[in-house]
Amino acid sequence: MTLTPNRTDLPTPGLRSGTESVPAYEGATPQTGKDFTSDQEVRWCPGCGDYAVLKAVQSFLPDLGLRRENIVFVSGIGCSSRFPYYLDTYGMHSIHGRAPSIATGIATAREDLSVWVVTGDGDALSIGGNHLIHALRRNVNMTILLFNNRIYGLTKGQYSPTSEAGKVTKSTPMGSVDHPFNPVSLALGAEASFVARTIDSDRKHLTEVLAAAAAHRGTSLVEIYQNCPIFNDGAFDAIKDRDTKADAIIPLVHGEPITFGVPTEDGRATKGVAHDPATGGVRVVEVGDGPGQVGEGDLLVHDAHNPDPSVAFAISRLTDAGYLHTSPIGIFRQVERETYDDQARAQLATAGATSDADPSERLGALITGADTWTVV
Amino acid sequence: MSENTKQVKQLDRVIIRFAGDSGDGMQLTGDRFTAESASFGNDLVTLPNFPAEIRAPQGTLPGVSSFQVHFADHDILTPGDAPDVLVAMNPAALKANLGDLPKGATVIVDTHDFSARNLVKAGYDANPLEALDSPGSELDGFNVHPVDLTGMTVGAVKEFGLSRKDAARAKNMFALGLLSWMYGRPTEGTETFLARKFAKDAAVRDANLTAFRAGWNFGETTETFVVRYEVKPAPMAAGTYRNITGNLALSYGLVAAGVQSGLPLFLGSYPITPASDILHELSKHKGFGVTTFQAEDEIAGVGAAIGASFSGALGVTTTSGPGIALKSEAIGLAVMTELPLLVVDVQRGGPSTGLPTKTEQADLLQAMFGRNGEAPVPIVAPQSPGDCFDAALEAARIAITYRTPVMLLSDGYLANGSEPWRIPEVADLSVIDPAFATATNHTSTSTAKDGTVTETEEFWPYLRDEETLARPWAIPGTAGLEHRIGGLEKGEGHGNISYDPANHERMVRTRQAKVDRIAESLPPLVVDDPSGRAKVLVLGWGSTYGPIGAGVRRVRRAGYDVAQVHLRHLNPFPKDLGEILARYDKVLVPEMNLGQLSMLLRAKYLVDAVGHHQVNGMPLKAAELAQVIGELVAQAEGIPADQLDLSVATSQEVHQ
Repeated sequence: MTLTPNRTDLPTPGLRSGTESVPAYEGATPQTGKDFTSDQEVRWCPGCGDYAVLKAVQSFLPDLGLRRENIVFVSGIGCSSRFPYYLDTYGMHSIHGRAPSIATGIATAREDLSVWVVTGDGDALSIGGNHLIHALRRNVNMTILLFNNRIYGLTKGQYSPTSEAGKVTKSTPMGSVDHPFNPVSLALGAEASFVARTIDSDRKHLTEVLAAAAAHRGTSLVEIYQNCPIFNDGAFDAIKDRDTKADAIIPLVHGEPITFGVPTEDGRATKGVAHDPATGGVRVVEVGDGPGQVGEGDLLVHDAHNPDPSVAFAISRLTDAGYLHTSPIGIFRQVERETYDDQARAQLATAGATSDADPSERLGALITGADTWTVV
Repeated sequence: MSENTKQVKQLDRVIIRFAGDSGDGMQLTGDRFTAESASFGNDLVTLPNFPAEIRAPQGTLPGVSSFQVHFADHDILTPGDAPDVLVAMNPAALKANLGDLPKGATVIVDTHDFSARNLVKAGYDANPLEALDSPGSELDGFNVHPVDLTGMTVGAVKEFGLSRKDAARAKNMFALGLLSWMYGRPTEGTETFLARKFAKDAAVRDANLTAFRAGWNFGETTETFVVRYEVKPAPMAAGTYRNITGNLALSYGLVAAGVQSGLPLFLGSYPITPASDILHELSKHKGFGVTTFQAEDEIAGVGAAIGASFSGALGVTTTSGPGIALKSEAIGLAVMTELPLLVVDVQRGGPSTGLPTKTEQADLLQAMFGRNGEAPVPIVAPQSPGDCFDAALEAARIAITYRTPVMLLSDGYLANGSEPWRIPEVADLSVIDPAFATATNHTSTSTAKDGTVTETEEFWPYLRDEETLARPWAIPGTAGLEHRIGGLEKGEGHGNISYDPANHERMVRTRQAKVDRIAESLPPLVVDDPSGRAKVLVLGWGSTYGPIGAGVRRVRRAGYDVAQVHLRHLNPFPKDLGEILARYDKVLVPEMNLGQLSMLLRAKYLVDAVGHHQVNGMPLKAAELAQVIGELVAQAEGIPADQLDLSVATSQEVHQ
């Protein structure tokens, strides 16, 4: 099954595009994925979900229509953070957890760059948790791809901040006693303006979410469920397995009732999401007219543009904290909010940074100040 | 103000300390007195000293804040060892500062707060003002003037209808007026300043102006003060001067570095004492293309600065010692990626949180070695508040030219202290060329099976300039130069990831060689050895320049020979340092730490450096240094201890 695209989010009318100040590619020959592929040998384990994401990104980047030299990928430390080496753009493979801060400097200093952060669940949510939430609240114009494999790979198999409680790993032989983060809930709590979740193996949905994220002006957080075949194989089987995924994936499509489950023979939804009067949150319901079932008209209609993030947060809580059986996939939230970098640059312009006045003369006046005396 | 008929006494220099409660406005009072003295043309040096707490419990010893100003009719180097005049606004201020005064010093005390309760808070069993003349009184031997400054202030500003509390707050201006009269300071600057500062509240403005004038008039009319003093302007090199603190000069130096290099300046910073004023100052200068990013933590501050540098700005991060500890890994990234970066460390007392508002020089080894791996970072240290301007420009020159992070080591004393600064002509400032890479720099050849040779033009981000060993700086947006850098070891030249052992060895040595190469661009050291006969060299770095210079002058005045050299560059050392050290029998290295420069000198030059160490959070004192220097000179010259006469050098002169 391929998920229904979020067409209403491509792009949202009225919003400034995330890439509108980046120079467009105007070459004679169309750009291809090959133009974005560096000469470096890719060194992930066979079967790693990172390959699929890399391929999807390489094929997607030409569609952005931007000049290659105006694209920057920044990463932290971890398996997925090798990503920039494999793209023939500008890039920096930085230090553990700090990529959002480095990207903040780049995006604020240069309006004409398309800035991407590649990070993992350990990099972004553990050692770099502080930088992630602050980038999200500031709404710096960048796209953060958070590869979530729910394990530490590069350090060879310790539990991560998204591993389920009780997980037995090298560092937790009796089971982890850590409670995991839900990255989407965390991002919504940090008042992120764009939050989405997608899956490494669903190229089409992944590409659509990337396109929406790039088009969004502000910090876009895209959680990508990504399988680690070595240390956490099968973590996402329920949502990937042909037999179970219809009941496991809750697709979010803006403006449409949230439904899922194996459809009835006449094509009607069997499961859906509705408000839960008992908790004030949302719950999964059976769709129908029978006892205990909810009619289609009473299902929750997904509104990614709702200024109040409470409903999106409630939807994010439908994700299992333990082994994954059910998970909403798609764009949880996309709202317009001023970006940090646009406002910072606007202050510079207001203060005269773009004026033609001779900087040497202005510097002379600055350092002289008002109270001077002259010795002859 | 009226013609003064009192006796006028000439002095060559005076040290005044204003002391009061943290909320009494002593820093402002000191600043104004300094500004008046500066505009009068005295040379001067100041020492603000305040608690880390914003408002420590009122009336207590920990809550005392002070401001010392030394002004003179000649060139001076330090804020002075011991005040000639203490203005104490409450019992705690008297108690906390009296011990620093030599006998004979003048003490002006605001009697208003000498209540039983305040005396107890300050730790007095009895009111010291009540037993002035009795022998054994702690004020015996001082020239004490008990004056109800607060009471007179409240009386003078009655007409403005302020509450008693608000009226009393103008007492610092009364004290300033009195001292301004006593030393013949020009008053126009303060009047203009008060009118501007309190423009929004006419009653407060008028109360402060009136208190200031009342203080002056009190001096003029009272019989308590019978003498006025005159300290003539100091002869100074021709030029236009202003008074400036180290943090302000450093901020201006950073703005100038942006202008002189044509690069937008990007500051990523997290507030920390005593460096925050640089963040505050730079945030006012967006018109120069200066971006200030107040980050979520120290690491994000330096991270954003590195990102800005990668994208073609001059990245700067400002902090103090604890912040450097947090930034260490990121500074290592800048070493590895070879990007320009300025790291400003305004040092304070450590370790850990230490003494946030006090000065120290104990981050030298942290700056030098505080990173994992072989991670050499050039170090530049300013020697006076005004010199922070030039030091910032020099740090920027090194960072941009050599594509490297540079540590700029200021300290709390320089940061908040001030001095007259001859304003440079912008045309005289050197231009820094960022020399961005604009084209490919390497041709790769490949031979196909059929023997045809293909040449490809490539950009190699780690192909170095032969003279500086700097790598090219290619910024995003430059077509054809797309490349990836990062913290993993780089292959020589092409810059791709390399785990090759021989390559790592070469790259470690090359990064070190690049930093060593900076020495080729440094001017020869200035050796101050007027007689040419000195056997003792005093070598210092950073903010000890003033006290060491003053100590050296004192020893020379006592008739002994001594040489002085002061280091601005701590890494790499100037090329002639080793040869200079070898010229002298003894090398004395005074530092506000336990011997960090000494350790570096001993390791590099095998010199038997003698240390003089003080870590009490305060600047070194000239008289103490004179004693230490003199004793070492005696040893070197073979002068018997009982024949060494340093009385001229170590006396505490008191002028009143």
